[in-house]
Amino acid sequence: MTRALIIARREFFAYFRSPLAATVIAAALLIDGIYFYWKGLSEATLSAVALAEFIFVAGGTAFLAGLVLATRLIAEERQTRSITLINTAPIKDSEIVAGKFGAALAMVTLKTLLTAYMPLLLFVNGKVSVGHILVGYAGILLYGAAGTAIGFFGSALARSQVVAIIVGLAISGALVMMWMVAKATDPPINSFLSGLALHHDNFQPFMVGRLELRGVVYYLAVIWFFLVAATKVLEARRWR
Amino acid sequence: MIEINDLYKYYDHRRAVGPVSVTIERGQVVGLLGLNGAGKTTTLRILACDLLPTSGSVCVSGMNVVEFPDQVKAKVGYLPDVPPVYPEMTVDEYLIFAARLRGVAAGQVKKLVDQAVEQTELGDERSSMIEALSHGYRQRVGIAQAIVHRPEFVVLDEPISGLDPAQIVEMRSLVRSLSGDHTVVVSSHNLPEISETCDRLLVINDGVIVADGTEKELTAKERGMRVELTLRGEGPATSVAERAESLLRGLPLVSEVRMLEPSEPGEGIASLSVASDGDVRDVVCRTLIENNFGLLELSRSERELESAFLELLAGNSSRRAGARSEVASGAEAKEKVS
Repeated sequence: MTRALIIARREFFAYFRSPLAATVIAAALLIDGIYFYWKGLSEATLSAVALAEFIFVAGGTAFLAGLVLATRLIAEERQTRSITLINTAPIKDSEIVAGKFGAALAMVTLKTLLTAYMPLLLFVNGKVSVGHILVGYAGILLYGAAGTAIGFFGSALARSQVVAIIVGLAISGALVMMWMVAKATDPPINSFLSGLALHHDNFQPFMVGRLELRGVVYYLAVIWFFLVAATKVLEARRWR
Repeated sequence: MIEINDLYKYYDHRRAVGPVSVTIERGQVVGLLGLNGAGKTTTLRILACDLLPTSGSVCVSGMNVVEFPDQVKAKVGYLPDVPPVYPEMTVDEYLIFAARLRGVAAGQVKKLVDQAVEQTELGDERSSMIEALSHGYRQRVGIAQAIVHRPEFVVLDEPISGLDPAQIVEMRSLVRSLSGDHTVVVSSHNLPEISETCDRLLVINDGVIVADGTEKELTAKERGMRVELTLRGEGPATSVAERAESLLRGLPLVSEVRMLEPSEPGEGIASLSVASDGDVRDVVCRTLIENNFGLLELSRSERELESAFLELLAGNSSRRAGARSEVASGAEAKEKVS
């Protein structure tokens, strides 16, 4: 585990030297800020509704930021051939995955924490519960972590970061669309498919401040599945 | 000790390496010599646990690379053909990271990084960003990361590739300096580099080791000896060369005499290349001097190993082609019988 932390530390500080990370986080914060100003501060809206909409947007930007930031983790190393250093070090593939995912997740968390002043502004003229904010942020982080895991899997599969982003977006798109597929099908298939949907039924409870075990378990399962898949991809490459 | 037994590596259905069986003793500097695509990099990647073999066994200090990859990795330092560096880090940061990744205890890191920096003469660049370094210095950083954890075995894939002549000389002495503390395996298609750096040569062609020995053993086995000489005589250079050529052709053991471009300008100066089945240097000197030629220079040909290398490859290819045609004719014969 120590070596996973060594990798995580290197990757985390590498983000601060990367123009891509700065651009992605700045763009995500800009979108969050503009949307919050437009919906939360300019229109006469109930505070709880403004907060729910903020969580919806901040979750989306955290998801996309995580996805894009994670795609560089393996694909870029493969392109520059620096991956040989970690491949030939006495470290397990699962530790490589844990370290790199941890660094990207730390960046997503940082980006999420930088939005914290926005819901706090609602206290100036409105009234929201702290529980709603905390549950919302838990949802944003889980959703962002899921995007990071999917992006990381794309990165393990692809040779270039652009291809990794496309793979990540395709997987995410397919999972998000599950709720539409669910709508077009009959019971009991529809409830199963809507349960698989990346956003709709699993994220909405967080938006309204309701902490449901189902959503938490779903996002943890998505994260676990794509990280294990990425580990298997890394292991398999040595046999090729 | 590195023991490779009946190693094969296939990429899909294409055989990249195999069969390879070789033992490398501790403390040797071994050169893996072969043309591009001969299987050098694949063999080295397997040694460094970057790639797994399709079949056969590779043991480093008695540990199999498939069964004990982590233990093997701790004993091997590997420089691939492209140094695995992070451009956005400084040399110091990078080496500390490499050392920690390879399991060096926190208290030992500074000492070992200092040693690696000193050995690779990177002292002036410790705080430089790697992206600002020249190719030669990046190679040095690559070697420093390979030795920072004091591995028993150092595996270097084409370490002089892309270096200028001055850097090549420095790199050669750096590789030689590693031999005291480590067993070094270095690959190259550059013959002078290999011959000047290594104690033992393994010539690889089409994924198979076709020769194994010292430079002397390989050249003696395949070619006898080739010398180049520059001489001065009376008259124009062409006539001097022709007279010397006919004189040397008559000597015992001499199998071939060729005229070369004169190695220096001047009236009556000619250069020749003499191939022989044994050491004829003294006889050649005596003969030329007795016949009133001035001998300006005589040296063993730099192309000697090159010739031996090319003959080894050609011999191996023709043997394989022969084997293939035997198989084909055998199959043809079978068809006719049936």
